[in-house]
Amino acid sequence: MNNTSTLKPGHIQGETGIWEMVIGLEIHAQISSKSKLFSGASASFGSEANRNVSLVDAAMPGMLPVINEFCVEQAVKTGLALNAKINNVSVFDRKNYFYADLPQGYQISQFTKPIVGEGEIIVDLDDEEQTIIGIERLHLEQDAGKSLHDQHPTKSYIDLNRTGVALMEIVSKPDIRSPQEAGAYVKKIRSILRYIGACDGNMEEGSLRADCNVSVRKSGEEFGTRCEIKNLNSIRFIIQAIQSEAERQVDILEEGGTIDQETRLFDTSTGETRSMRSKEDAHDYRYFPDPDLLPLEFTESWVQDIKESLPELPDSLKKRLVKDFGITSYDASILVEEKDYVDFYQQAANGRDGKLTANWMITELFGALKKDNLSFSESPITSENLGELISLISNGTISGKIAKEVFSEMMKSKKSPSEIVKEKGLEQVSDDSEILKLIDQVISDNKDKVNEYLSGKDKLFGFFVGQVMKLSQGKANPGVVNKLLKEKLK
Amino acid sequence: MSELLDLNLVEASEALKNKKISSLELTKAYLKSISDTSSLGAYLEIVEDKAISMAKESDKKLINGTARPLEGIPIGIKDMFCTKDIKTTASSKILENFIPTYESTVTQNLWNDGAVILGKLSCDEFAMGSSNETAAKGNVINPWLKNKKMSPGGSSGGSAAAVASRSALAATGTDTGGSIRQPAAFCGITGLKPTYGRCSRWGIVAFSSSLDQAGPLTRTVSDAALMLNSMAGYDQKDSTSANLKMPDLMDYLDKGIKGKKIGIPKEYTQDGISEEIVKFYEKSIDLLKDEGAEIIPVSLPHTKYALPAYYIIAPAEASSNLARYDGVRYGARQEASSLDEMYELTRGNGFGDEVKRRIMIGTYVLSSGYYDAYYLKAQKVRRLIKEDFENVYKQVNYILTPSTPTTSFELGKKQDPLTMYLNDIFTVPASLAGLPGISLPVGLDNSGLPIGIQLIANSFDEPGLISTARVLEKNAGFNFIADGAAK
Repeated sequence: MNNTSTLKPGHIQGETGIWEMVIGLEIHAQISSKSKLFSGASASFGSEANRNVSLVDAAMPGMLPVINEFCVEQAVKTGLALNAKINNVSVFDRKNYFYADLPQGYQISQFTKPIVGEGEIIVDLDDEEQTIIGIERLHLEQDAGKSLHDQHPTKSYIDLNRTGVALMEIVSKPDIRSPQEAGAYVKKIRSILRYIGACDGNMEEGSLRADCNVSVRKSGEEFGTRCEIKNLNSIRFIIQAIQSEAERQVDILEEGGTIDQETRLFDTSTGETRSMRSKEDAHDYRYFPDPDLLPLEFTESWVQDIKESLPELPDSLKKRLVKDFGITSYDASILVEEKDYVDFYQQAANGRDGKLTANWMITELFGALKKDNLSFSESPITSENLGELISLISNGTISGKIAKEVFSEMMKSKKSPSEIVKEKGLEQVSDDSEILKLIDQVISDNKDKVNEYLSGKDKLFGFFVGQVMKLSQGKANPGVVNKLLKEKLK
Repeated sequence: MSELLDLNLVEASEALKNKKISSLELTKAYLKSISDTSSLGAYLEIVEDKAISMAKESDKKLINGTARPLEGIPIGIKDMFCTKDIKTTASSKILENFIPTYESTVTQNLWNDGAVILGKLSCDEFAMGSSNETAAKGNVINPWLKNKKMSPGGSSGGSAAAVASRSALAATGTDTGGSIRQPAAFCGITGLKPTYGRCSRWGIVAFSSSLDQAGPLTRTVSDAALMLNSMAGYDQKDSTSANLKMPDLMDYLDKGIKGKKIGIPKEYTQDGISEEIVKFYEKSIDLLKDEGAEIIPVSLPHTKYALPAYYIIAPAEASSNLARYDGVRYGARQEASSLDEMYELTRGNGFGDEVKRRIMIGTYVLSSGYYDAYYLKAQKVRRLIKEDFENVYKQVNYILTPSTPTTSFELGKKQDPLTMYLNDIFTVPASLAGLPGISLPVGLDNSGLPIGIQLIANSFDEPGLISTARVLEKNAGFNFIADGAAK
């Protein structure tokens, strides 16, 4: 194992050689819809248990599902954003199984004829590299309810608020080759979903979850037997779970064992996966077309209308940021990661120095938010205020150094930079006579050094600049100080 | 009293509007009938107070001239229809105390048009059966040859028995493979299954969603037309509901059949059919011919596959539709120490044998490895049967067949499920094709049991179906009353 440091991500060094991971993801994205996929009940998060339940959701006798057209539109939008084929005719199937939080005894899903077919997305990796990941399909389905096992010593409680909430299942092709790629893929999907507003991408609230299919093989060999890790709700867990699962499989294979195809769960406390059910125990879901629903059909022109209404997507936006604002492709890829970032950036950089704005946003703002444990939406600094700060720097009102002081005050007080500059008297002094007064003071305080300088010790010039700046409490315009000092010390 | 009971729906409606009778006296007469015929077991639930108060409401409207089409008409409702605040059990133990908080679209349509509810009518459990013997609360007895305890047919056995025994002026039924037409035939009344999509399924306990259709059971064809006028209509809450306006069927009662072509399928007079039924079938053909119809022999070659296909598709859908009766949210729950055990006990105790049999068949035919051989093949057969009808309707306007291969049988005699399934042999093909069909009585066999004849029309041609059925009805002149009917 001594050459571990040279291994590529997604490769595992075994006794018998290097193993490669093969990964496919199923992302479950909750559609940002006010009501559920087949009922009028609210789909909002965090309500009291069983408050958002209609007769249809509770599967009362004789109740029938009616498709929510808004959800269909979101699925088509997403399909278009994933450069995928839109199927103008698709079918809802019933996936039959018994569970206490599945009132109908079946989930309405799409099995053989999904609403969206094959597509592909570009995924940005850390080092400015990109890779293309294929999309197998996207289909619409209902979410199940929630079983609460910890409320009573012998009984389970059921909360049906989530029952029937609209999900899109986005299935990738087995094109992913490392946990890091898997993470980047999820990030990119999440970013696209947020851009088009089809899903809020909130993994903590469960709006976005992933099942990971993992297998390992020696390079060039056929795919190995895969295991599915269910229901991962953070990118960090996805990366950890895939790595640990692949290592587990390599250990088994290296010892001459075989992988059982099974469903596994990731234990966040141990960082390992454990078996949930084997293939033998797998449900026979008895899929068949739901006779309560007609096939979903729409016209090409309807799809075209949606296509034309799509907002600019991250890949194209990235190119535009580089072109319009002159920033690096790397900075642009960070900024387009989230719709919120890019909106903020474009507002702050509008009519200003794009590069300077990008630096301040990525280095200072992101850094400060991380330090204070704040999310981007909780930022005390608005795009307007950051833009104003950039202007103050660019027009010479404050120096870069003072700007940092102003910035940290902005983080604390949420005040605008000009307010802070005014209150604290931090305006840069550029007035010749003001600065000359300071220069005179420094010259008279340091007569010996002046003589040394005049007799050829040029290096001392920096010292004089420093002294003037110090005397001005950092407010003197360094350019003006330089110019006037040079004239004065001729 | 007997004069009130003699009036059919159309006549009673007329008398009400002319203020010759009041809804209250009519309703009370029927409530008395219900008690007089209670030994038949047609009613599971009688809502006397509600009936009286609805009748009084109707009388107000009749007096102030704001009467609606079914104002003041007392009717019975098959227990498959969810009725708000009235127990709805689908004749199953698993729903024995279920009281819906909502009203099915079809029954709501009836109340909106002024009908008065008398109560809920027995049927086979979850509408699965052809004799009404699978009802959890026991058999319904056919009012014909009352002492011999004949089957009223099923699954709408309670509805048919109630209308035939004059303990409801009309009743609602549901028909999945013949559940309106077969009991109508057994009980000597008229039963109409509309085109799939004509009546909303919302609020009707689902058996087989792609086949279930509500319809009326009445004394006459005009009564059926008046009932269906109110029951039918587009409903946004049912995605399979047809967004088509049905013309007023009362305008089609006397259109006649001159120049219409009636198809006689050769596949419907095969072995096993009673000779007496064949005799009346032939007589019916002659009657229509005499009225100016052209009789054309036709072939529906896939007919013999209809029953096997039906007994795959219907149980498949049922196995999924009935999964919701799990004891978790409503209905009878058997306490147990684990979830699986609770399911087993609840469903094991809650469902009867026939329902269990169909759930098992349905589960089997949908299982991986069997799906293609059974479910998918059955769907292909269904398409071929539809095409059979489409081809025949290029040549003819209506198809005439017997409603059933035999007349009613004694309760408890047909124990073998397969023999029982053969009851639906003539009604199932139209169900699979989604076509409207009507059964009407044309005579009595030697033992005095009614014989029904079925007319099948093309999709959404209920108007033509009514016109044709009226001609046959008039000429057949069936005017017998069951010996077990209220006097």
